[in-house]
Amino acid sequence: MGLQLHRYRLHRYLLGGSMAFLVLLVSFPISAEYADVVLNKRSEKEGMRPVIFPHWFHRIRFRCKVCHSELGFKMRAGANDVLMSEIIDGQFCGMCHNGKIAWGPEHCNLCHSGKPGLKSGIHGGDSTQGPGRW
Amino acid sequence: MRNFLIRLPHAHWLLKGLVVALLTVSVAGAAVIVRHWLTLDKDGLHDPTDQEIKLLQNPAEALSKLPPDEVGNQVNWVKALGEGYINPRTNIYPETKIRVLDKDILLRKTGEMPMVLFPHKQHTQWLDCSNCHEWLFKSKTGATKGLNMFAILQGEFCGRCHGAVAFPLTECNRCHSVPRTVSGAPAKAH
Repeated sequence: MGLQLHRYRLHRYLLGGSMAFLVLLVSFPISAEYADVVLNKRSEKEGMRPVIFPHWFHRIRFRCKVCHSELGFKMRAGANDVLMSEIIDGQFCGMCHNGKIAWGPEHCNLCHSGKPGLKSGIHGGDSTQGPGRW
Repeated sequence: MRNFLIRLPHAHWLLKGLVVALLTVSVAGAAVIVRHWLTLDKDGLHDPTDQEIKLLQNPAEALSKLPPDEVGNQVNWVKALGEGYINPRTNIYPETKIRVLDKDILLRKTGEMPMVLFPHKQHTQWLDCSNCHEWLFKSKTGATKGLNMFAILQGEFCGRCHGAVAFPLTECNRCHSVPRTVSGAPAKAH
């Protein structure tokens, strides 16, 4: 009898522990990856899906200053009005996405990869959702 | 074994203690070590019906190899760069001058919070001077007006990056890192 009670308590401990563990795992990612940017000012109006720009991927390969100083991207989501014609011309994303450093602009779907209807702005946060102005 | 447990009056406490200790260790370990990234098809942003997203790199593939952090991308980016895990390009144009400044700035007017130590070195390894000066911050110490947490939380000043792409604003003590003594001077020399 006494042992059964112990077992029951042990089960409760284990159950509680594993539930806590699951909650911990699930609570990590909210959605997106921290600092992902959705660009949809023009895309869907022009019949293309929104663009997803992953900061994490790019900062492994380039320091912030390359895009935000040399290429002229302003440090505010939505502040950069970039046209596809400018990219094909070698400006902004087209500085690297030219078939030499990274894939060229003919690979439409690799950048225009977002779900239809997404709002422009910076997404994904493990702690903060980004400042109020975004 | 059963007889042994029944005969020992305090056996259940030993068992309980063991379970609690194991759980504590596993939960504490999980908070530090376990990192989890969503795959692109499940991240809520990418269109999962798109076959071409299989060509894109998933965050876990790259980020799991970098020094851990608990917030943001779950990567300590400063450490990743400083310790050579990554070596991102500094420039595209060959004539671009790479400017790095090793100078700490102590911001003393932080109310009841510890003072803020701003390290130019870690910032200029990523950014160019012109990313912050002279438009967001004046170069002259103390000349920047309106710098406070309300503005930062609204995405101004430090909040341009912190809370969006650099470590989030929940990490108070990483910036507010210099305790104040009774006399108001820094507790340790800088």
